[in-house]
Amino acid sequence: MSSKENKSLFQKDLIVEALKQAFIKLHPKTMIKNPVMFTVEIGTFVMLIVCASVMFNNDGTQGSLVYNLFVFAVLFLTLLFANFAEAIAEARGKAQAESLRKTREETPAKLIAPVGELYVNEVQMISSSQLKKGDVFLCETGDIIPTDGEIIEGLATIDESAITGESAPVIRESGGDKSSVTGGTKVLSDKIKVRVTSEPGESFLDKMIALVEGASRQKTPNEIALTILLAGFTLVFIIVCVTLKPFADYAKAPITIAALISLFVCLIPTTIGGLLSAIGIAGMDRALRANVITKSGKAVETAGDIDVLLLDKTGTITIGNRKATKFYPATGISEEQLIEVSILSAISDETPEGKSIVELGEQRFSDKEEKFKSPKWIKDLKGNLKEQSETFHVFRFTAETRCSGIDIGDNKRIRKGATDSIRKIVETAGNSFPRELEMVVKQISSAGGTPLVVCENEKAIGVIELQDIIKPGIKERFDRLRKMGVKTVMVTGDNPLTAKYIAEKAGVDDYIAEAKPEDKMNYIKKEQQSGKLVAMMGDGTNDAPALAQADVGVAMNSGTQAAKEAGNMVDLDNDPTKLIEIVEIGKQLLITRGTLTTFSIANDVAKYFAIVPALFITSIPALQGLNIMNLKSPESAVLSAVIFNAIIIPILIPLALRGVEYKPIGASALLRRNLLIYGLGGVIVPFIGIKLIDMLVGLFF
Amino acid sequence: MNTELAGVIATFLLTVVLAIPLGKYIAKVFSGEKTLLDFLAPVERFIFRICGIDVNKQMTWKQHLLALLAINMLWFVYAFVMLLTQGSLFLNPDGNPSMSPDLSFNTAISFLVNCNLQHYSGETGLTYLTQLGVITFLQFVSAATGIAALVVVFNTMREQSKDGLGNFFDIFLKSLTRILIPISIVIATLLVISGTPSSFDGKDIVRTLEGETVQVSRGPAAGMIAIKHLGTNGGGWFGVNSAHPLENPNYFTNVVEMISQVLLPIALIFAMGYYIKRKKLAYVIFGVMTFGMLMFLIPTMIAETNGNPAIAKMGIDQSLGSMEGKEVRFGSQASAYWSIVTTVISTGSVNSMHDSSMPVSNTMQLLGMMTNAFYGGCGVGILNYYIFMIIAVFISGLMVGRTPEFLGRKIEAREMKIATIIALLHPFLILVGTAFSSYVFTKDTSVGWLNNPGYHGYSEMLYEYTSAAANNGSGMEGLGDNNWFWNISTGFVLILGRFLPIIGPVAIAGILANKKIIPESAGTLRTDTGIFGVMTYAVIMILAALAFFPALVLGPLSEYFTLYN
Repeated sequence: MSSKENKSLFQKDLIVEALKQAFIKLHPKTMIKNPVMFTVEIGTFVMLIVCASVMFNNDGTQGSLVYNLFVFAVLFLTLLFANFAEAIAEARGKAQAESLRKTREETPAKLIAPVGELYVNEVQMISSSQLKKGDVFLCETGDIIPTDGEIIEGLATIDESAITGESAPVIRESGGDKSSVTGGTKVLSDKIKVRVTSEPGESFLDKMIALVEGASRQKTPNEIALTILLAGFTLVFIIVCVTLKPFADYAKAPITIAALISLFVCLIPTTIGGLLSAIGIAGMDRALRANVITKSGKAVETAGDIDVLLLDKTGTITIGNRKATKFYPATGISEEQLIEVSILSAISDETPEGKSIVELGEQRFSDKEEKFKSPKWIKDLKGNLKEQSETFHVFRFTAETRCSGIDIGDNKRIRKGATDSIRKIVETAGNSFPRELEMVVKQISSAGGTPLVVCENEKAIGVIELQDIIKPGIKERFDRLRKMGVKTVMVTGDNPLTAKYIAEKAGVDDYIAEAKPEDKMNYIKKEQQSGKLVAMMGDGTNDAPALAQADVGVAMNSGTQAAKEAGNMVDLDNDPTKLIEIVEIGKQLLITRGTLTTFSIANDVAKYFAIVPALFITSIPALQGLNIMNLKSPESAVLSAVIFNAIIIPILIPLALRGVEYKPIGASALLRRNLLIYGLGGVIVPFIGIKLIDMLVGLFF
Repeated sequence: MNTELAGVIATFLLTVVLAIPLGKYIAKVFSGEKTLLDFLAPVERFIFRICGIDVNKQMTWKQHLLALLAINMLWFVYAFVMLLTQGSLFLNPDGNPSMSPDLSFNTAISFLVNCNLQHYSGETGLTYLTQLGVITFLQFVSAATGIAALVVVFNTMREQSKDGLGNFFDIFLKSLTRILIPISIVIATLLVISGTPSSFDGKDIVRTLEGETVQVSRGPAAGMIAIKHLGTNGGGWFGVNSAHPLENPNYFTNVVEMISQVLLPIALIFAMGYYIKRKKLAYVIFGVMTFGMLMFLIPTMIAETNGNPAIAKMGIDQSLGSMEGKEVRFGSQASAYWSIVTTVISTGSVNSMHDSSMPVSNTMQLLGMMTNAFYGGCGVGILNYYIFMIIAVFISGLMVGRTPEFLGRKIEAREMKIATIIALLHPFLILVGTAFSSYVFTKDTSVGWLNNPGYHGYSEMLYEYTSAAANNGSGMEGLGDNNWFWNISTGFVLILGRFLPIIGPVAIAGILANKKIIPESAGTLRTDTGIFGVMTYAVIMILAALAFFPALVLGPLSEYFTLYN
């Protein structure tokens, strides 16, 4: 998907398709879904009848045939323009979806049949469309993964560029948080067994394709409320126009049907009515272009309302992982001793932190004594460990114990971990936690580092300092969020001091330190109870409940199936800061609707001044005083107004598709700005537009 | 600056100065804080004990509306029967007859809904019993109904709205005993001192300077004239309302009456600020309403001061302004001011004849009633404004990219539906009513209810329905309106124009109160800012005023352009 390219808004093939659709959409059954434009269709139909009757029996009361035909043609164009707006948005969505769908073309799949024709676990070649939920298939080097699924066995490097546009291959493996694969991506090396996780046609991508194509698009709550308001406006103007007939009869000022219908069509909010669904579809489309798959339009809209945003520290706020930077031995312990123990504790620790401890240890030694210079020493250490494999036991880091370590034989127990968990171990054994280490821990934490306390046989012997590197530019992004009114919360396993330092440095508003998985959930619940809307990003299975609880849960595409099921959006790029873009897309969606509604309604002022004097000027010449635009004749005034009303729709299509720009300058300032541009502008522009059109139309009428 | 203008400005400023402490007092009354009039509490308790009402019982918004509608229904039946039989009841020294059924229907509704459209003349149409027992009674309770409905909405806007929305009867009775009755007593006293009658004697016979004898109607009028203004009712004791020398004897009473009709609508805005502890919101609302009022007042003052060119052509001096239909003791500017406040506020009392106002003034008076939210009626004005705020919040909420919320509560489809219906109702009632009467009249001009043909006659019909729908009660009295067509058609417009705009806001407020409060953030659109005030004003003018543009063009605007062409 080449989403990053800047495609022009109107491509030739899309326009042709949209034009065709514009006519097809004239069917009353489709039109009635849009009450505003449906009334225009009725008006157009009435004008058709008027034209016919004028053609066959022109008694002069309804004006000339040419004039009536002109009004009819312009009304018809108004309808086509509105339909075209929706069609072009759909066509763009479809084109976007098409490129996604290409990744889901029929591909051969190697189904593993538990009971095959010949043997158990026989591999059968079938088409990807025949895969059902629960089936297990095999993928080897060079295979295209036939459908979405979860790796149940093996590890592979996968090229996901077809989906994310990112060319660097990623590693996916069974168990853990990176077990999910997407249909259409390619296995570059190794072999995996994958279980199918969705029925054909029901994967996220399928759902998203249906959304952008407009087929299964449901109106969002805000859209429904706006439609009600617009229907209300339409009703008011029906009343205004219908009652005008008896008023005019009383005033002995006959009005033509063409003028009455023109007045009506001009007054009802056709501009927003015609563009409303295009705006909605374009919003989905923008989300998709940002490589975000949403499960519903509502989710995007909700994103615009988000008050609180939960972000994981690692990978989001800081680059990758922490690195060991310094060893601080306790009194009475030499640095070498500490390093040796630290390396022992880390040697079987495959986490990036563990590796960085070993690396730092090696480097420190090479700076010191000759004896340690050769890396052989480390190898010996590893070799020794292997030999004694029966006598040692490795403890992996868990979120509960928050420490890891190793037991060698019966009399060497090494642990390293968070200060309070090590302190607990030390103090439970009756030893005291050295004061000077306490100081070191504090000092490291307040400088934004993470202290790892090392203890041997329940005695604290020193501290390893780990440091984080904050991503460049992240502070600006958080500032932007703050101006939008979104509070950012950093979630980290670090101790409160470290967390505070990084939070301040990165510019987040709050943090959850020493976070256990359920802390996220509790935080979300707490914020929701106070009425706030919470968004979070997550990838792991243990994030799933929180993702489900959050109002907007964005799962990483690389995350587990459980996480993807629980959230309401999936980010194909696996970019944790993507939420900022999603929030902006949601806001843009609402702003575009709001400003165009304002513009549409504000236009009425000028249209009134164009048409109303024109209606009565022949019978009440004094009303020339109301013709402030000095339009040439009643006919040209009416025509100019309807022409303006029609052409403003295609003129605004680019704005509707692109969305009105969102500026995080605070709600009141934003309102002032938009009210000035679209409200005041909406009052002034039609005065100029109608006058200009009148100068042209006035040549003929 | 001339004295006339100075008088108008002083009157308005004095009103605001009085309204601020009154607003504070009203807020105290309803939040149960200590006030000067707490000695009335035993009286109130006694009334509740007799009626068997438990005032501590909190009501839901639905129960509030049910109580409001039920009690109004009762009053209607009572008033209808009394008017129908007044001729044969006591306290009728002038021997006035009973009302016809269609006129009693119209009159009973008209006073029940705080409109006071009068298709009769007080001197001959009513008895002292019905003047006091029906008209004055309804003037008190209809004003109290409006205040009570408003206080329910205030209760939903308080932060601790979970505490409940109060008890309808408690709020209603306190509106009477703590606000309307005491202030009315003060106003009535001022009027009596200035010469307004307050006597149960029948007509007086007076010998004029020319030696002729005239019969002068009088009666216990002062109290009724006080509540007629304080409660924004507007129905006069005498036929010509406050243009009558006994109803409004001099410039001082004119000032008193002008202040007393604007007093509560403004005080209630300030009361809201103190009561829900959002003073800034109250100031913004007050600012928008005052601006809206001035936008109608200024053209009117200019038009009336400049006089009538048609009369000037006849060689009559217009230096005092247009004086046709105006009282010399008030002058053209004070009359212009009155004609605008009485229409923006739903009083509808007059001290000059609107039928003789300049076309521009008629346009502004009509617009005042068409918008019906710049101050507006006692209690109900803010309720109308509330609907416009909801719509403004919705549109501007979208414009800043956030699901619209009002005072921390989300505005969704259901609230928008109600708000839209209520906003639609007003143009619907006015335009359909006027269209209907225009149609009937065009078909058969012999119905004869128009004394002025042409634009002016049309304006009269438009004015009558506008006045009915806005529950205003004034009229361009050239219209012959005491017949079944007008009595019944305006009667229905009156009911719909009163109760739906009360039910709507209370329902919206009630629904909103049950929603979770969303704490404010930088992305939240504040409603107590100037820019939101501008937005609300724009919504009111475009929604409420623009819909009437074609109607206004065919009426007063055509008259204007013809006059000045």
